This record gives sequence, C-alpha cells and structure tokens, in this order.
Amino acid sequence: MEQQLDGQKPVQKASPEMIHSLFLINHSGDIFLEKHWKSVISRSVCDYFFEAKEKAEDPENVPPVLQTPHHYLISIYRGKLFFLSVVQTEVPPLFVIEFLHRVADTFQEYFGECSESVIKDNVVIVYELLEEMLDNGFPLATESNVLKEMIRPPTILRSVVNTLTGGSNVGDTLPTGQLSIIPWRRAGVKYTNNEAYFDVIEEIDAIVDKSGTTVFAEIQGVIEACVRLSGMPDLTLSFMNPRLLDDMSFHPCVRFKRWEAERVLSFIPPDGNFRLMSYHVSSQNLVAIPVYVKQNISFLETGSCGRLEITIGPKQTMGKMVEALMATIHMPKSVLSVSLTASQGSYTYDITTKILIWDIGRLNPQKLPNLRGSLSMQTGVPKPEENPSINIDLKIQQLAISGLKVSRLDMYGEKYKPFKGVKYLTKAGKFQVRT
Amino acid sequence: MSTAALYNDQGAAEAAVEAGQETTPTSSSSGAAFGLFSTDFKKNEDLKEMLESNKESLKLEAMKRIVQLISKGKNASELFPAIVKNVASKNIELKKLVYVYLVRYAEEQQDLALLSISTFQRALKDPNQFIRASALRVLSSIRVPIIVPIMMLAIKEAAADLSPYVRKTSAHAIQKLHSLDPDQKEQLIEVIEKLLKDKSTLVAGSVVMAFEEVCPDRIDLIHKNYRKLCNLLVDVEEWGQVVIINMLTRYARTQFLNPNINESLLEEGSGGEKMFYGSDEDEDEDEKEKKAEAAAIAKRKPYVMDPDHRLLLRNTKPLLQSRNAAVVMAVAQLYFHLAPKAEVGVIAKALVRLLRSHSEVQFVVLQNVATMTIKRRGMFEPYLKSFYIRSTDPTQIKVLKLEVLTNLANETNISTILREFQTYIKSMDKDFVAATIQAIGRCATNIGEVRDTCLNGLVQLLSNRDELVVAESVVVIKKLLQMQPEKHSDIIKHMAKLTDNIQVPMARASILWLIGEYCEHVPRIAPDVLRKMAKSFTNEEDIVKLQIINLAAKLYLTNSKQTKLLTQYVLNLAKYDQNYDIRDRARFVRQLIVPTEKSGALSKYAKKLFLALKPAPVLESPFKDRDHFQLGSLSHLLNAKAGGYQELPEWPEAAPDPSVRNVEVKESVFTLLERVTTLTSVPEWTKCSSREKRKEKKVEKPFYSDSEGESGPTESADSESDSASTTDSASASVSEESESGLESESEEESETEEEEEDKKEKKNQKKEPKKPVQESESEQSSEEEDRKPEKRSKKLKSDSESDSVEDEGSESESSPSESEDFESEAVVTKKKKAAESKPPSKSVRKEEKKEKKEMSLLDLDDFEPTPSPQVTPVNTLLSNSLATDLEGLSLSDSILSPATIIPSGALKNYELLHRITGEGLSVEYCFSRQPFSPDANMVAVQLQFTNNSTSDTKNLHMEDVRLQSGMRVKEFPEIELLPAGEMTSAVMGIDFCDSTQAANFQLCSHTKKFFVSIQPPVGELMRPVFLTENEFKKEQGQLMGMNEITEKLTLDVKCRNEHAIVQRVTTAANLSRVPCGSDKECRFAGRTVTSSSLVLVTVATREEGAAQLMVNCEKMVIGTMLVKDILLALTQ
Repeated sequence: MEQQLDGQKPVQKASPEMIHSLFLINHSGDIFLEKHWKSVISRSVCDYFFEAKEKAEDPENVPPVLQTPHHYLISIYRGKLFFLSVVQTEVPPLFVIEFLHRVADTFQEYFGECSESVIKDNVVIVYELLEEMLDNGFPLATESNVLKEMIRPPTILRSVVNTLTGGSNVGDTLPTGQLSIIPWRRAGVKYTNNEAYFDVIEEIDAIVDKSGTTVFAEIQGVIEACVRLSGMPDLTLSFMNPRLLDDMSFHPCVRFKRWEAERVLSFIPPDGNFRLMSYHVSSQNLVAIPVYVKQNISFLETGSCGRLEITIGPKQTMGKMVEALMATIHMPKSVLSVSLTASQGSYTYDITTKILIWDIGRLNPQKLPNLRGSLSMQTGVPKPEENPSINIDLKIQQLAISGLKVSRLDMYGEKYKPFKGVKYLTKAGKFQVRT
Repeated sequence: MSTAALYNDQGAAEAAVEAGQETTPTSSSSGAAFGLFSTDFKKNEDLKEMLESNKESLKLEAMKRIVQLISKGKNASELFPAIVKNVASKNIELKKLVYVYLVRYAEEQQDLALLSISTFQRALKDPNQFIRASALRVLSSIRVPIIVPIMMLAIKEAAADLSPYVRKTSAHAIQKLHSLDPDQKEQLIEVIEKLLKDKSTLVAGSVVMAFEEVCPDRIDLIHKNYRKLCNLLVDVEEWGQVVIINMLTRYARTQFLNPNINESLLEEGSGGEKMFYGSDEDEDEDEKEKKAEAAAIAKRKPYVMDPDHRLLLRNTKPLLQSRNAAVVMAVAQLYFHLAPKAEVGVIAKALVRLLRSHSEVQFVVLQNVATMTIKRRGMFEPYLKSFYIRSTDPTQIKVLKLEVLTNLANETNISTILREFQTYIKSMDKDFVAATIQAIGRCATNIGEVRDTCLNGLVQLLSNRDELVVAESVVVIKKLLQMQPEKHSDIIKHMAKLTDNIQVPMARASILWLIGEYCEHVPRIAPDVLRKMAKSFTNEEDIVKLQIINLAAKLYLTNSKQTKLLTQYVLNLAKYDQNYDIRDRARFVRQLIVPTEKSGALSKYAKKLFLALKPAPVLESPFKDRDHFQLGSLSHLLNAKAGGYQELPEWPEAAPDPSVRNVEVKESVFTLLERVTTLTSVPEWTKCSSREKRKEKKVEKPFYSDSEGESGPTESADSESDSASTTDSASASVSEESESGLESESEEESETEEEEEDKKEKKNQKKEPKKPVQESESEQSSEEEDRKPEKRSKKLKSDSESDSVEDEGSESESSPSESEDFESEAVVTKKKKAAESKPPSKSVRKEEKKEKKEMSLLDLDDFEPTPSPQVTPVNTLLSNSLATDLEGLSLSDSILSPATIIPSGALKNYELLHRITGEGLSVEYCFSRQPFSPDANMVAVQLQFTNNSTSDTKNLHMEDVRLQSGMRVKEFPEIELLPAGEMTSAVMGIDFCDSTQAANFQLCSHTKKFFVSIQPPVGELMRPVFLTENEFKKEQGQLMGMNEITEKLTLDVKCRNEHAIVQRVTTAANLSRVPCGSDKECRFAGRTVTSSSLVLVTVATREEGAAQLMVNCEKMVIGTMLVKDILLALTQ
C-alpha cells in the first residue's frame, strides 16, 4: 500500500527492492510503456526527468542518476529511447545501468532493433520478458539463451501461424539452462551444419593533433562469436601472440584460471551470437595509425566566409585496403552552408545539426581523396576561435591492427567435425584529428 | 486502504483520459477523450466477453490486449473477476499473462485475489520445479496481508526444496514478505540463516540480497558462511556477485584490521594537520608526542593480514575481468576499501577499461575514479591519457574527466596536462571551457611551479571574446592573486579596466573585491573604479552592490581624503536599496567606518576588520572526502545518504576473534583431507554440491568447481581451478607460517611460488587419475609412512621442523599422483611443527583430535603453537634414527628443571636459497639450538637442501666465506650427490661473535654458485643456562644500571597466561626458564654463545595484560635487541 503517489510516504519506509519500476520514454518525451514490479508508481515521477532533459538540451547530457524528493531515477539512453528506472533505496547505480543495458540488448536480440515502434508492436513479449528478467526488482534471468527458451523470439512465420492458430510465444518446455551449472547454454541444441565463427574486431582510438602527432592512441578489441554447435561442445581458442593482450574481460563462460595459466580461452559456448571477450592491447606497443589527414580549415576575420581543404592519405595500412573511409566534422554554429568539391565520394552538410559528412569509400593510394571549397558564415558573428575537429571512420578487412592472431580452435566433448572460421577487421573507434 | 481507494479513483480517471488518447494515438488533445469515452467501455465489455468464451485463443487474445493496456499505464482493474478465473488455465502463455495481471491488481482487489490462492497452493506441490517456483513467485508478489501466514509457510517449505531454483525463489520471496509485513522479521531471519548455509551458487546471491534487506546488521549470520561465500563467488551469477561483494566489504570492515594501519598512523604522526588559526603550542606538542608514540608502537608491531581477509581479496580479484561493469565496480570498491595500499593498483586498469563502455557507465565510473584519485593518485597516473577529452564526449563526461585530470596533475606531468588544457579552452562547449579554467586554477594552486604560467595563461583569456570565459577567468585569477598579490599589481590594473566591459555579475564582483582588497597596490586606480561603480550602482546585481560597498569601505579606511564623499554617496544609495541585505550591510558599514560619538569601541578596529589578511582560498576538488561513502554506491554518487544505505564501518581497533569463521564439520566419516580442506577454507562445498547435483541430474557436467574428474581436456581444465585454489590456500598458509616472524612482506613471493605449484599440479593431474582420499587422520599418516619409509628416515635425521618444506618439494615433484595427499601431508607436518617433541599418550591424543576438529589450521598460523600437549605423529615415526635426533633435545632437557618448557616446536625456518633463484635447488636453514660439538662457541645452523630440479646436483659445498672480523665458520661437509627430487640436510657452525652480522658465503654445486647469507636473530646468539632463583637474583643484582633495560608493554590478548608467555619468550630467544616463587613473574636465563655473558630476562605481569619486561645483560647491544624481539613476541 505504499508509494502510489510520489510524496506520500517518507523514503525510509520504502519497500526494499532494487528496481521498482521501468518507464520507456521516446525522444520527444512520451512515456509509451511502463512496468511495475511492485505497487504502481505514478508516472508523474518522470516529470523530474523531463525537467532535467529540458535543461540538458542534448539527450546524452541528461544525468543518468537523478534525485527526486522520494525516489531516485536511473536512466540510460539507447537507440533514441530512454529507459528510465525508479528506485527507492540505496543500490549500486551501475547495477541498474548495466541491467537496463541488458534489457535493451535483449530487445535488440529479440526484435532486431531497439526502437519505439518495434517495442510497441511486441508489447506482450516485452512484458513477458521483463517479467522473467526481474523478480521483485532483482535480476532473475538475464542470459538470452535462457530467456529464449522461455519466451520465443518472434519470427514472421511464427506470428502468422500464431494469429491463425492462436499459438503462443511462450515455450512449451521449461528451460533447463537456468538450473544447470552452465546457465548461459540451453540444453538439447541440435544443428545439421555445425559451425563456429569468430570475428576479431579491433578499434583504434586515437587523438591526433594539428601537426599530425599522435597525442594518444590505443587499440581496443573484441571477439564476437557466432557458434552453432550441437550438444555440449567444449572449445579451446588459442592465440599466436597472447602476450599482446593487456587487459581483458570475458563472457562468464570463459574459464578464467585456464587463461591465467596458459593464455588460452577455454569455454563451453552459449548458443548463437555472443561476445566472447573484449581486450585492450598493451600500451607499450606502438599503435599503427592507418591514415593521415592533411587539413586546412580557416575562417576569415573579415567577410563571412571560410576555407576548407582536407586530404586523406594512407599511413600504416599493413598493405591492406582502407575501406568505408568517412570524415565527420561538427562545424561551428555560425557556418551557414558549405560549397565544396570532393575528388572522390560525396559529402552532405546538415544545416540544423551543422554536421559535415564526407563519405569517401575506398582509399586509393595513387589518387588521394581531397575535399576543398569555401564555407559561408553568418555575418556579424565573430569568427569561431576553434577549428572543428575531424572524426575519421574507416575499415580494414582481414587485418587486426595489433597483430593479434588466432592460432587454433579445438573442440572437445562432441564427436562431429565443426566448420570453423576466423575473420579479422580493423575499424576506427574514436579517431579524432584536432585542427 | 483509503489511500488505495483514492488512488483507484484517480487511476480510473486518468485511464479514461488516456484511453481516449490511445484510440487516437496521433492526436494529443485530451478533448477527444470525452467523445470516445463510451467506446472505451464497449471495448472492455468485449474483452470480458472474450475472456468468458470457451476458446483459448480468444481468451489469450483478450489477455494480450489487457497487457497492452497495463503497459500503457491504464486501469484494467474492473476485469479482475473475469480474469482471475483463468488462473488455472492449461495454456502456459495464458497462465503467465494472468499472473502478470494478478500481480498488478491483486492488491486492489483483495477479496477476489483470494480466489486464486488455492491454485497456487496446489502448484506449490507440483513435481515440476519450475511450476513450484513460479507459483511461489506469484503468490509472494500478491501483496495481500491476509495471506501472510500462507506465504510464510510456502517460503519455509520452498527453502527446504530439493531444487536450488525453488530455493532461490524463496529467497526472493523473503524480501517480499518482509516488506509486506515487517513483523515476520524474526521468522524470516531463521529462513535466511538456513538459506545462507545453502551450497548452491544459484541461491547465494539471492539470499545475501534478502539478508541485506531484512537484517543487514546480523553480521553474526555471515561468520560461518564467510569462507564459503568467498570461494563460491566466481561461480555465482553476475548480479548476485555484486550484492555479495558489497556485503562482504562491510563484513570485512568489521572483522579485520586495517591493512594500512601503520602508514596511516605514520602519516598522522609526521604530517599532522596544519591548523588554520594556529593553536596552543603546548597542546600541539603533547599531541605530537602521543602520535609519535603511537606510530612507534605501530612500527614495532608488524601487521599480519588475517588469512580470511587475504582469501576475500584473492577470490574477488579475477572478477575484475567480468564483462559486467557493476561487478568490476564492486570489486574495485572492495579493493579500495580493504586492500593494502600496494595492492589497490590492480583495479585501475579494469576501471579504465570501463571507460569504453556506454556513457552512463562512464559517468558513474568517472565519479568513482575522481574520488579515488584524491586518495591514491599514483594508481591512475599511468592511465593519464585515457582521460583525455574528445570533442564528441557529452559535457558531463568532459567535466568529470577534467576533474580526474586535475586530480592527477603533479610536478612531472603538469606540463603535459596544461598543454592538453590549452586545447580544451578553445572548445565550442562553453560550460566545458569554464570548467577547464577552474581546473587550471586548481592546478596552479596545487603546484607552485606552474602558478605563474597558469596566471599568465588566464590573463590572456581576459581578452577572450566570450564573456563567460572572461568571467570565469576573472574569478579564478582572483583566487590565484590572493596567494601573492604584491607580485601582480599590473594584473590587478588590467582587471580594473575590465569593469567597463564585463557584465557577468560574479566576475564584476570578483574584480571589485580584488581592487578593494589590494587597493594599496593600485592607489591611483581604485578611487576611479569606485567612482564609476557609484555611477552605475543602482543598475548592478546584488552581489556586485555588496562588493561596491566593501570597496567603498576599504577605500575610505585607507584613502579617506579622496573617497570620503564617494563612500557617503554609495552608502546613501545602498540605504534605500530594495534588498534588505544591502540595506543592512550599508548600515553596518557606516557604523563601523564613520566615526561618530555613538560608535563604540568597534570603529577603532575597523581597519583590522576590513583589511585583515585573508587566507588564500583552497581550491578543492568537490570529490574530496567523498570516500566516506562506500564507493560505487548511490549515496556516493549523489554525495548524500540514500535511504537504506548501510554505512561502511570504520576498521576495528583490534580484530574480533577470527575463529568464529571456522566451520565445524559434522560428518564423522569425513576424511582428513576433506576436513583439512574445509578448515583451510578450500571449496570443499563445491565438490559436495556438484556431487549432489549429479545425483539430481546426471547429464550435468561440473563446470568450474569440481576437481575429481574423468580424463579429457575439459576436466583437466576444471580440476585445475579447484586444485589451484586448494593448493593456494594450503601452501599459502604454510608459507605464512614459516614467515610469521618475518612480517608479511614476502606475500608476493609466496604467491609466485604458488603459481608454480599450481602449474605442476595441473600437469600431474592430467597424467594420472587421483587416488581415493584417505579414510582418517591416523590412517592417513600411517599410510603415508608405509609408502615412503626411506624418505621418512632421511627426514628424521633432520629436524622435524623443516619437514613441511621438504614435503612440499618432494611431493609435488616425485609423486605426482598425490597432489591431494600433498596438502594433507603439509597439514600433518604442520601439526608436527606445532607439536612438542614429547611423545604424548594415547588418551591425550584422542582428546586432542576432538579439539582439533574445531580449530582451524589457519589459526595456527596466527600464533605460536598452543602450549597444551598436542598430538604429534612423532611416536609413529619412532625409529632408531630418531634417537640420535632427539639427543640434542634430551641434552637440553637434562639441564633444565622440570618446570621449564622446551620450545622445540617453535623453531623457525628461514630461506637461504629460493627454488627459483637456485634453479631447482632450494635451501632452508634453522637454528637448531643444539650445541655445536666441534666448537662450543659456535651456533649450530641446520641446512636443509632440496633438489627440485630434474637433474642431480653434485658436490654441494661452501666457498668464499666473507665475514666480519672475529667471526668464524665451520663449513658443513661437502654433499657429494643430491639426486633429483631428494633432500638432505647438513649442519654448519657459525661463531657470530655475539653480533647479528650476517655470514656471507657462496653455495656451490658442480655447475653453479649462489651467493647466500645467514643472519641470526639475536635470540639465537645465546644458549640456555640453568640458574636457581637465588643465583638469578644475585646475578641480576650485579647487572644493574647501564646493563639493565626495562620496558612496559601490554600483552597480546592471547598471551596473558604464564604458559603462553614462557612459550613466546623461549621461542624468541634460546633461553631457559628459571624457577620463581611468584606466579606474577617469569624469569629466563642464558649465556651468549661466544663470550658467555649472562642474559637474564624477567617478565612481570600486572593487571589487565599490562606487563614489564626487564633484561639484564652485560652486552648492551644484545640486551637492547633482545628487548625489542621479546617485546614483539609478547605483544603480537
């Protein structure tokens, strides 16, 4: 009987669950779903959040933790949606944040995307999921393998069949994963084609200053796995050069002791897609910066115009092709429009967000892509003091820039011969060139 | 209930309004609602019809629509009667949706909800664990007070369920029932107590959660489960890990000693806090003296970490690698709050990794990092660049990173940081620029070297086009100038000019204050500024007005000739201001500065009041002292106590009894091994639990926590985790014991050793399956005997004290199949160590066994062996060769009176050559305390050689002996052959010349040479002599004055009886007891080995553990050192 309305009872008497309620709020501030794990909390509690959202201008700047007279609001921003949870008592904020992201991940996995329309379309499944994921405010089942056993993800075929026959999304069999010692893997997995794919994806985070010197660079990597193997396979993945790895985090399935001792990844994988590990390459290693950027952006003191010229060339590409090259520039507010010529690719300039995007595509070392032209500025406004920095996106296929290499993958515990594959990919992460 | 009714009404109204919106989702006008009101009712009508139909599909469809309504926050309570009927439906999805509905509305429709209860009660008995669990979940979620007894019963039953999943659900239900009816607390605590004992990883997290909610103060419930929880932790699901780690942090704070105690005392002692206004000198000095004393005591008393404390740190560390940010943060805060300073560093890397995560995670992590960087800057310094700011970071992240960078700034990196700040100042994000300027200000105040550079940089910003930037700079410059105003009058002049342009009130106020404060530096400009300000007074903001008054007052006092009229004018304006603060201020100032006949004594002091020297402001991080909140908590983030926050307790002064955590094992058939493992807190329970599980579900394979295994790579991997931890703790305790006197500095070393050990273990296990574990203690040891008699006999030649080392080496090398035996043997030898060499009688032994069961081996590490007659397997080892071994002891026996006690069990082993540095050869030594027959002036040193390598070692001998003058060495006879895996011992003699100088020499084998040294503790430089009481008194009478040292002390809690005192003193020094008439005094006597000077020791006990130690010795150096050692032995 407590806490229906914000402001009726003191917090001290709050019921002691961790996450009390969840509100899903869209970009324009409409609450389109609410779920309460205990008594109902009026949605008026969200007003405090809206207030903060107003103030923050940018949704990224809304403080993730807000204090209201009787509740605490912890929110995340994912896919243009706010997941806002209400808690009443002390709880580690990261606990809630991490959980909310896990909820969003689950939606993503179930519905292919995490957007308002998709959630609205599948509201029953969403509700069923939320019911299973949290019991009395405490996370219960968050492993997608387990959830998928209890609540089937929608497919087009099934939804057609369901509407015709009145069938259901809820699994007929009871899940076993939750109860087993390997909670992340569902039982009785069967495939006709047994395959295991691993993608080693590395991102270069770098800050390059005006003169082209690297201020800061590091490599972060993840190994994404897609494992479709029958039964209970036990895999061992080993590297040629595991010493490169400096700091890592693992999926719970990885046997930590084995890694500590032998530097091999030994695990019974979950079924389907999952992130096996993420790692950081030790900072002793010099980071190869695949491209250089020559730029000259200037705003003239007099007159209302500016100049821009950018050339991008290959630097350390390890002999591989740089693809999907893209440069993004957040222009100062006073830049009204641009008139540029790109020697390769195309550019767009969004007048409202002031973002200039130059989509270059493949980098041709013989003929370096170049973007030049003039910027027209608002008159009567002083020239911007700082030149905008350039964010670079790129991809290099079949290369892990750190040099990390998988040496072998072995499977034990099952008789069949699986098909195995490893792919490497290097991407630019937060790659910023200051100008 | 009235509030509920109220709510219902409101809810219904709201629902109606929103229903309107729902049917026309595009229109946001609520006006349409009235028009559609009726259709809404119709809709519900038709839902009711669907629910009452016979078709499952229709019912399901209806339920789905109802769930949609609920999800939009609309009221569907009127459908309750129609829905509750379906609670027993066979269709699982329908049933689930009905559950969702019930949980939501049962509270509002209590009478109707009761209809469903019987269904749940039936389901609670279902053979399927899943149905039982979900019935309990729903039943306990129905918040109807009438069913409290039913819930209680259901929870109790479920807590005893065979299925761990159902038990987990019951743990959740405990919290629900507690919030529904707090009166049930006592009964619920019983259930919690029971569930805490549960060995399933599934239950652990949930029950600790329940514990935290229902009875967080009942720390006593945790004791017995502490080690289990620590060991279980890695296998618990992520969310449970967070809860358990946070709880254990609090637990550890109440049970263990501060590992940084010595440092913190020293810091306080030496640094002291600078008093702001100065204080009474005398008092200060007194305090300092006290502090110095405390520090000295702390220094004398080395801190030894409780093994349970270590266990917690060791078992949480791997979780830093978790993918779950909350888990990483939980471990990080645990380390921050509990780990020794030197070890906290490991968390930095993991926290920096989290900065790659979602921006919300970054936000929280940075807040915590900011707090940590204040206390432990060094930890994050290597990661400085990871906190560099990108233009794309959200502002709140930027500001936090800036905070961290500022905290990290020091003399060495400040130039890098300032260069980085330079780029930030140009940012388009003005809030961020303002924050950067403040950060520069803080750097400038903290680091004197860069103050001028920063100031110059900030002055340049004064010509910035953006007013906010200028304003912020002014405010910061003001603070900086306050530190050394005389040097910077030109900056003040420059700023005076700015008053014409700057409009930001705070900046204007700052400038005015600055001019007023330092008007003597700008005597010509100040009056002019006041003139301008007087002109614009009425249009200024309040804070500016107040500063104008201040400026006027200060100028009036220093330069009344020029400013008298201006001041009058300003004060008159202020007198009629709208703001009463300003009116009051004006009145107050006028009374003070303008002398009238009425103005009292105060006006004489006006100058002192206004122009007092003001201390420069301390620019402090807002994160300072935030760490009194447990890091990672909501309260820390908000810097305010959140409801339900459990304070992090301060460390206790003295550690509570550690034996409360010892686990008693009831099973009588338990093998020694198993008992030992439980005692040493090895995850024995994991084995049990997995065995149980296997009974329940055959298919399941043990994952992490089973060591017995079938062959195959999986199992080898599995077993390793377990056995690793087993050996870990076993060998850890061994090493800890051997070094108990040497402080805990060698922790790390022993850890690397353990690792090595682990690796070997692994290999071994892969090769051979394990032997079944032994039946019982005695059988164990006798079997051990049978198996390697030759080894035994060899061992017996040597002193029994060094056995554990021997075993450790030989066992893991030569008999690979016995990894488990190895532990037990280590324990056996440990007991040997602990035991006295008197052969005990059978009956004593039995008694002892019982006692032993309750005593943890870990406790043995803590103190010297208990003086009560203890078990020793020695009698089973009695052989001919033993006789020679015992000769030495019996020798000393004969010269001792019956009242004395031989501390033979307490000899310490020292390491001469580590296995790693010795490339397989390890050597330990101990002072055997036997007379060295070739030369009575020498101290006998017993060396124990172990060849751990795979090849033989030949011709072991000494070379190149380097000694202080006067010292002599009798080398041990060359050992011709030491086969691989074997060990041998030898005795050498050293005449230390009654000094504690080390004897350095080279230990050579046929291939290698190692430099080693032996340094004796002062207590080993003497040998016992027998004196009568009278002789003692007489001798003591002759050794007075300079030769007598007395020291007051407080005896350790465990050392308050005579027995313990004798034990500890004789352990610390090779002395014999002198009979004494008084039971308040213990006397000991000995002679130094070389010069035969008498050493007399007296320990007189007083009330409450107070005692006095007196040492009489001709050799003052020896005496002083001995006092120190004995003091240590008695107080620790």
